Amino acid sequence: MNTPVFDTWIDQPLEEVLLQCRDLTEDPDYPTVARWREQGGKVLGHFQVYFPEEIAHAAGMLPLKLRGSTLAPDQSDSRFGSYLCSILKTSLELSLGGKVELDMFVSHPICDAARNLSAIWARNHDYPCQILYLPQNPNSSHSVTYLRGEYDRIMRQIEEVCGSEVSEQSLRQSIGVFNENRRLLRKLYQIKREEPWKIAAEDAYALVAVAGMIPREEHNALMQYVLPLIEARTAKAEDRIRVVYEGAFCEQPPLDLVRMIGRATYVVDDDFLIGLRWLLGDVPKGEDPLQDLAHAYIEDSSYSPVQHDLRKPKEDMLIERVRASGAGAVIVTAAKMCEPGLEEQVAYIHALEAKAIPYFVSEFEERMTSFSDLELQLETFMENLLFA
Amino acid sequence: MSNTLKDEIVGRGNNDGARMFREWFEELNGCSERGEQAAYVFVMGSFNEVLKSFDFPVVFPEINSLQTAVRRVANEYLEEAEDYGYSPDICGYVKADIATQLRGGQHPMGQIPKPALTVLTNACNTYIKWAEAWERMYQMPVVTLDVPGTRQLGGQTWRGDRDFENDRNYVEMQIRELIRTCEEVSGKKFDIDRLREVMGHANGISSGWKRLLELNANRPSVFNALTDGTIYLGVANGFRGEEAGARYFADLVEEMEYKVEHGIGTITEEEYRLVFVGVPCYPIFRRFNELFSEWNGTFVHSTYLWFASGGSNRGFQYDLSDPIASLAEGTLVSVRDAMDSMFHHDSVVESMLEEYQVDGIVYHPIKSCRTVSTGLADGRRALSERQDIASLFIESDMMDRRVVSEAQLKNRADAFFEGLASRRKQAAIQS
Repeated sequence: MNTPVFDTWIDQPLEEVLLQCRDLTEDPDYPTVARWREQGGKVLGHFQVYFPEEIAHAAGMLPLKLRGSTLAPDQSDSRFGSYLCSILKTSLELSLGGKVELDMFVSHPICDAARNLSAIWARNHDYPCQILYLPQNPNSSHSVTYLRGEYDRIMRQIEEVCGSEVSEQSLRQSIGVFNENRRLLRKLYQIKREEPWKIAAEDAYALVAVAGMIPREEHNALMQYVLPLIEARTAKAEDRIRVVYEGAFCEQPPLDLVRMIGRATYVVDDDFLIGLRWLLGDVPKGEDPLQDLAHAYIEDSSYSPVQHDLRKPKEDMLIERVRASGAGAVIVTAAKMCEPGLEEQVAYIHALEAKAIPYFVSEFEERMTSFSDLELQLETFMENLLFA
Repeated sequence: MSNTLKDEIVGRGNNDGARMFREWFEELNGCSERGEQAAYVFVMGSFNEVLKSFDFPVVFPEINSLQTAVRRVANEYLEEAEDYGYSPDICGYVKADIATQLRGGQHPMGQIPKPALTVLTNACNTYIKWAEAWERMYQMPVVTLDVPGTRQLGGQTWRGDRDFENDRNYVEMQIRELIRTCEEVSGKKFDIDRLREVMGHANGISSGWKRLLELNANRPSVFNALTDGTIYLGVANGFRGEEAGARYFADLVEEMEYKVEHGIGTITEEEYRLVFVGVPCYPIFRRFNELFSEWNGTFVHSTYLWFASGGSNRGFQYDLSDPIASLAEGTLVSVRDAMDSMFHHDSVVESMLEEYQVDGIVYHPIKSCRTVSTGLADGRRALSERQDIASLFIESDMMDRRVVSEAQLKNRADAFFEGLASRRKQAAIQS
């Protein structure tokens, strides 16, 4: 595409850029996707948590991260039973309600509820609705080989939708674009850890979220512009507890909730939109780019309650996240009705207690609008820590 | 018909099944008392074939948990797990089992031995979280066998297709890794001939299971898919790969063929033939069925008998000349089918309607199981657009009595049958 889908931030002051990013993050109309389509672009919507966006990017598609919405599920509610998380319903609502138009949908068997989503989506849409089977046995010696084949399969589907082949060269180029993006996101998180007073929690969140809604080259340009401005800020550190926020690997807390937490604490690390930051380092641009992507997924990736890996017990990974970020406490949350999140809370709590790390436990829903009780509880927790 | 022969055959499957179940739990109790350990497995892809070739006793925690509900003590277990930190909003099977483990294996049917290893598939994601809980409790080997499912409705691939071979190779490599783990845990050398023998018995069970389901297409139906079917299902899972299991199914098929031949149905006077979609309501197991049998409705089929048998409904027959490769293919095809019957249930049910002469469908989504329940409303909507078939949608749970409202279920069931009767009258008038 020749015309950028998000360019109103260019040459604007930092505060204005961050405001635009927050607005875009919360905009249920996904204007950047509409602009992309107006130019004839195709869109691949992928449900949480991780998708190898490089493959869609190399095919010339816009990979769109479907992360729910604050919309009421007017049309989608009747497609689901009770006792389910909100993100499933609101993600489908985005499509049924005409907010986003896709050419292909991909989900992953991340949990018992979400693994139904592809079939539900397919019953309601005519375009290809696929499941990408990311390995749940990454400890098998064959998992990288299998995943390489699975990526090849999904690439062939994408080629069919786009009507053109994806060359190895274009895949390597896309990996390069995403490597730069990963570097920039790592830099953002470094600032969060080292100088959290320079970037508000909700602003950091929005900067990451926008990555899932615009072409990654555009996001790279945005990040290259804002990061030096953030670093140059002269804000001073306040006497706040440094916390890790855990529990937003799939359904996302509303931005107002992130803002409220950021007012009371410094969120020095988190798992917000972890799928966009799943691969930890640069992916090599070698002979076989699909193999390189598969290898990176298995061998150089983050963690979440919905990936099983014997090498990465989640509670140990959380403790390491706390240690590496120098956090003094953890906010352990789970989305309402999120089974893996709720199950993991038990392990997290027992591990944090064993290490005598203070924690605050809560549930949230993406469409919640009242935070006063939660704010009072959190402030009380923080005051107990500050004045104990 | 000879009454003696009839008395010998009819009801044999239920009696033998109940006896075998008691004996199985007595054996597990004995293991526990002797301080021996077992392999913990799940119904959708148990890999009994491998585990029994190493003579591991197998424990199915799903079956243990549902037994606490049937025996009406589940809530004690659920509350104990909730006190430990588990949310009321997660799977009741997991919580009942966690409480069983916290009680040192104490269970209404005996003492459950501790795990020496755990083997699971990804057919249900809760299996994975459940096994992680045991891993933390016991620090024993956990082997997750990843079995890729159907990627898109109608997109199943088969032998020779490059995508199928990618999946099959992955499953085969994982089976080989499982065998190595079993050798380490058991201290026994793998014996491929013993594996062949076990797989031969599994073949007997699979073919018997497939035939059993086919026979219920007859009118009158010869067993109740909800009540009798659950007994047969327990044997199919617990005794998979055992000679006793294969013999049981040979006898059961003989019983059902006898019933077909002599026109012997279930105890319900069969007026309405129903398909059950979901997981049974174990807290009021008998009563739930009565809500339908009181109206002369009987369950002739259920998706439960497909997915909870791990896809044995396909009747896949292992090639014993190449056992490991064939086990990989059979696992892939069968477990994939089990998943399809949960996620693409509308197509599965649609395939039953004509053959089983179905009058109505009963959807039973439950709080505890998102795997089965998430897509039921949408599948029902889609199916009703394609087929003129009456259906009932009732929510409760498979474990938690707190969310089972018997009066509400009865009201809904009564209205459903009134609707069925009205449909029948309308059809008679129009014809």
